[in-house]
Amino acid sequence: MGVEITTTRLSDAALWAKAAKQSKLDQVTNWGRKFSLFSYPFVTACCGMEFMSVAAPKYDLARFGAEFPRFSPRQSDLLMVVGTITEKQGPALKRVYDQMAEPKWVIAFGVCASTGGFYQNYHAMPGCDQVIPVDVYIPGCPPRPEQVLDALIMLMDRIQAGRGHSQLAIKREQIIASAAQDEG
Amino acid sequence: MSQKVLDALTTAHAAAIERTESQHGDEIAWVKRDQLVAVATWLKNDPAMAFDAPVFCTCIDRLDWRPLGVAPSQHWSEDKPRFEVCYQLRSSKHRHRVRLKIAVPEHDARLPSLAGLWPAFDWQERETFDMYGIKFEGHPDLRRIYLYEEFVGYPLRKDYPKEKRQPLVRRDDLTRSTSSVGKEK
Repeated sequence: MGVEITTTRLSDAALWAKAAKQSKLDQVTNWGRKFSLFSYPFVTACCGMEFMSVAAPKYDLARFGAEFPRFSPRQSDLLMVVGTITEKQGPALKRVYDQMAEPKWVIAFGVCASTGGFYQNYHAMPGCDQVIPVDVYIPGCPPRPEQVLDALIMLMDRIQAGRGHSQLAIKREQIIASAAQDEG
Repeated sequence: MSQKVLDALTTAHAAAIERTESQHGDEIAWVKRDQLVAVATWLKNDPAMAFDAPVFCTCIDRLDWRPLGVAPSQHWSEDKPRFEVCYQLRSSKHRHRVRLKIAVPEHDARLPSLAGLWPAFDWQERETFDMYGIKFEGHPDLRRIYLYEEFVGYPLRKDYPKEKRQPLVRRDDLTRSTSSVGKEK
């Protein structure tokens, strides 16, 4: 009974990798990455209370390896945008994202971070994807902890398949670099 | 509740008070704009008044407002003041309070600052300037307080478009670096 999390086994990682035409090394690397996410909670509003609930023992984000919130972007690879982002905060959010080491992933936590939510006015940004690329959006005002865990599992699948925004950007750069090498 | 404040005010500054009213237990005195500092100084320093606690300063935009008792066809016209600036004062000594209201027209949106008398009004007046564009003359540092300096206009004015955005960063700025890599080839 219960929800089967298919991607927690390395054997399933091989299936993902085959679909995504990954090398053996990529399979193992991505498998490792998805179970050792270090999150940076960019908490701006009331969704932060729900984030605490997810991180606390009852729902326990640590079960999925996203154990330890780091409060320095240099030490984290998962940016959780939790709460309303104002236009004035845009440069700060972008700066935090730019400072994170690649590869990195972003979760928009709640409707405000995803779309601006019920704000439609001069100060609220209509979704943090106006400024940074977002991998997974979580609706809800605030979202249930189960939704957050579901989103985290979706993100883990995405990491295994190498489909995160920054993973694709790295891959694109590699292709461009190797093409340039072939020409030279 | 504090009718005696209004009575003392009208006695001492009869020429400066346009009219007085009471609403929901609050006493309101409409003060002429050029007499505001004189009235406020008196309210602060007179021992029977002793207003030592500034509560708030804000503004009301009466763009589409029809005063009570006015026929629906008669709109709030241009020659009548569009903005009302409110100062709420309180005396912790005598435990009474009063609200000063000043009518400010749209074409000449300026007002003498009270930040010199009560320093707590410094940021409140900055906020009023930020949101409504009322210029407080004599204010020590009249800059925007919440919004960024690049912001154009005053968002809490009723004629500011609801859906107007003034972003500082946008996605287009981010993709420029990657798209330029492709163009070099």
